Amino acid sequence: MPALCRDCFHRFETGSRCPACRSPRILAHPELFELSIAHMDCDAFYASVEKRDRPELRDKPVIVGGAKRGVVSTCCYLARIKGVRSAMPMFQALKLCPEAVVIKPRGGHYAAVSKEIRALMEALTPQIEPLSLDEAFLDLTGTARLHKAPPAVLLCRLLKRMEEELGLTGSVGLSHNKFLAKVASDLDKPRGFSVIGRADTTAFLRGKPVRMIWGVGAASQAMLEQAGIRTFDDLLRWDRKDLGQKFGSIGDRLWHLARGEDHRRVNPHEPMKSISAETTFDEDTSDRDLLDGHIWRLSERVTDRAKAKDLAGVTVTLKLRRTNFTLLTRSHKLHEPTQTADRLYRAAAELMATVKEPGPFRLIGVGLSDIRPGREADLSGDLLDPEAVRRVGAERAADRIRAKFGKDAIVKGRALR
Amino acid sequence: MKLSIERAVLLKAVAQAQSVVERRNTIPILANVLIEADGSTVSLRATDLDIEVIDKAPAMVERAGATTVSAVMLHEIVRKLPDGALVQLTDDSASGRLTVEAGRSTFSLATLPREDFPVMASSEYTANFSAPAGVLRRLFDKSKFAISTEETRYYLNGVYMHVANGEDGTVLRCVATDGHRLARIDAALPDGAQGMPGVIVPRKTVGELRKLLEDDEAKIAVSVSETKVRFATPAITLTSKVIDGTFPDYTRVIPTGNTKRLEVDAAEFAKAVDRVATVSSERSRAVKMQLDEDRLVLSVNAPDSGAAEEELAVAYGDERLEIGFNAKYLLEIASQVDRENAVFLFNSAGDPTLMREGNDTSAVYVVMPMRV
Repeated sequence: MPALCRDCFHRFETGSRCPACRSPRILAHPELFELSIAHMDCDAFYASVEKRDRPELRDKPVIVGGAKRGVVSTCCYLARIKGVRSAMPMFQALKLCPEAVVIKPRGGHYAAVSKEIRALMEALTPQIEPLSLDEAFLDLTGTARLHKAPPAVLLCRLLKRMEEELGLTGSVGLSHNKFLAKVASDLDKPRGFSVIGRADTTAFLRGKPVRMIWGVGAASQAMLEQAGIRTFDDLLRWDRKDLGQKFGSIGDRLWHLARGEDHRRVNPHEPMKSISAETTFDEDTSDRDLLDGHIWRLSERVTDRAKAKDLAGVTVTLKLRRTNFTLLTRSHKLHEPTQTADRLYRAAAELMATVKEPGPFRLIGVGLSDIRPGREADLSGDLLDPEAVRRVGAERAADRIRAKFGKDAIVKGRALR
Repeated sequence: MKLSIERAVLLKAVAQAQSVVERRNTIPILANVLIEADGSTVSLRATDLDIEVIDKAPAMVERAGATTVSAVMLHEIVRKLPDGALVQLTDDSASGRLTVEAGRSTFSLATLPREDFPVMASSEYTANFSAPAGVLRRLFDKSKFAISTEETRYYLNGVYMHVANGEDGTVLRCVATDGHRLARIDAALPDGAQGMPGVIVPRKTVGELRKLLEDDEAKIAVSVSETKVRFATPAITLTSKVIDGTFPDYTRVIPTGNTKRLEVDAAEFAKAVDRVATVSSERSRAVKMQLDEDRLVLSVNAPDSGAAEEELAVAYGDERLEIGFNAKYLLEIASQVDRENAVFLFNSAGDPTLMREGNDTSAVYVVMPMRV
């Protein structure tokens, strides 16, 4: 069976250790050098970045996420041992792991690190489809001749470079389609490398729960369960036509997934649909002044990301979650795309002013959608607001100061509320 | 109620009424038109609670009365009847139906009681004056393109009609703006308009009003109060609420110190702008104007789709200037020019630009440039 050493990239036939460097970290699979669709997922990305930047945290459980009332965004593996999971409410996480160091997420910083990882991936292939800051699909089909090595070797090198150059670890799933690659990357975390070949696909899926499918959340799961579908075996028993009738367009997709088939291509140009940010409050609030402060900070977070990607958006959305967890959303189409916090904030604050409900609310979010390239952003001024041009200019100047002296070098008074 | 009316006369009246009716209605009676017959006239009344239109037409009334039926349906029926037909409307209060008969066609329409039809409260008008239809048409036609559709700045969703001090004395003025372009149109102040409160006439009202203004010679009776405005011809009365808000101080928006002067044939200019803008698929098609010594180069550069350039001979004697505009805005203001050359007055690439027709200051347009 073809095998590969994950440490020295030596290729050999069989054995439990690398014949060249004696490392036990080897990969062996009959189709190892034939598969070329991969999914790379960083291990506890935000927490790992924080630990890397602050070595004194190395041996402490780290949780990245909102304060008391927020949720866990990412936690390191030390925290996971105690049972902390991402998306878990913070109070619960702290009950499980009271000694944890809680860090507020630094969105812009993670984006910058993500860019560095992206650069490493781009050295391998242009066929990269990022799913978020810390994970991406890579299609390495046809790159073997250029790099003089099969995809599996390239991916091992990628993980090693990430560790050595960026101090971050990741896990890779290698298979023959996106669905299985994504599933595989999760099998052996952290520092994992899992392979699902064509021949072992059916055996792999047998008995596995359908919630494993990316995109099957609690709602779809309930829907499927109602139809008696819990595992892939249940799904296999369904007729293709019946699935289509019962579940519409996703029915057909389920039929294929049940057979380990996924015909979606790795699409590097999957356009971003929206950029948004939200905050869960420590305590429910109906204080408009406080909400306004949040709107400003969220607007800044959203536009920081938009600027980093050189994107802009036309539609502004304000989202509020009531104490009974129902959502209230308002949106407004701007006259032209924007990527400045000032314009986003003003539009979102105007939307807030149209909300007559007094609250209290437990969460607020600001989003920008209808995404356009950054060069189309903020080109015209407003006759009735001659100061707008100056404010946009001031914001750009402040951005340059922050780029040079750090995020907190200059902040708006508004951000302190 | 029982009456006979010529199909053409009824069609005109019902067409006017049904256009006020909102297509999507939560209050059933607002989809209806109120038909009232008395003496030798029939009047049709429709409302969306903000606008009310009453159309009077001559009819042979056999039995006075009133009822309400679906405005859209009545309009469709009358429209499909043959030209020259005589239409008979009979209201049967026992069955709650209105019978529409013409030739061999008979229709029976469901009615709603007239008592349920909302009638707009009358208002104390503080100013009443009469203006020729042509004058009002110019005021609204040349300004309405600049009305904003943005709901957050609702006070811009109409034309601000008010009395102002023009360059040659007091004028009746209409202003509209969406923050990107502005139109300011003046007309001689009609007798009786002095002391008229400034009102923001909503976009929909402007559209409905336009139908009253076809005949140049017609005199329109205008009544204005703080909350309502009324335009009336002998046959049609259009009453509308005005937008409850303060129109911004537009005077500081209109540049007075712009000195760089470009004179260009408006039609040629518009065609050239339209041509170069074709290559851009962006939301706001930015057109760059490069001005230098009687030469104007219009260009568009859209990285994804292409580039275009066109040169025009113009009258321009000031220093070199490069300035960008939204193509749509340039086209809209250029199309307002119908007699003389368009005159643009620039300051810098970042400042509002003024446009007028020749030296006529009774219609000026301001447009905000774009970064290009």
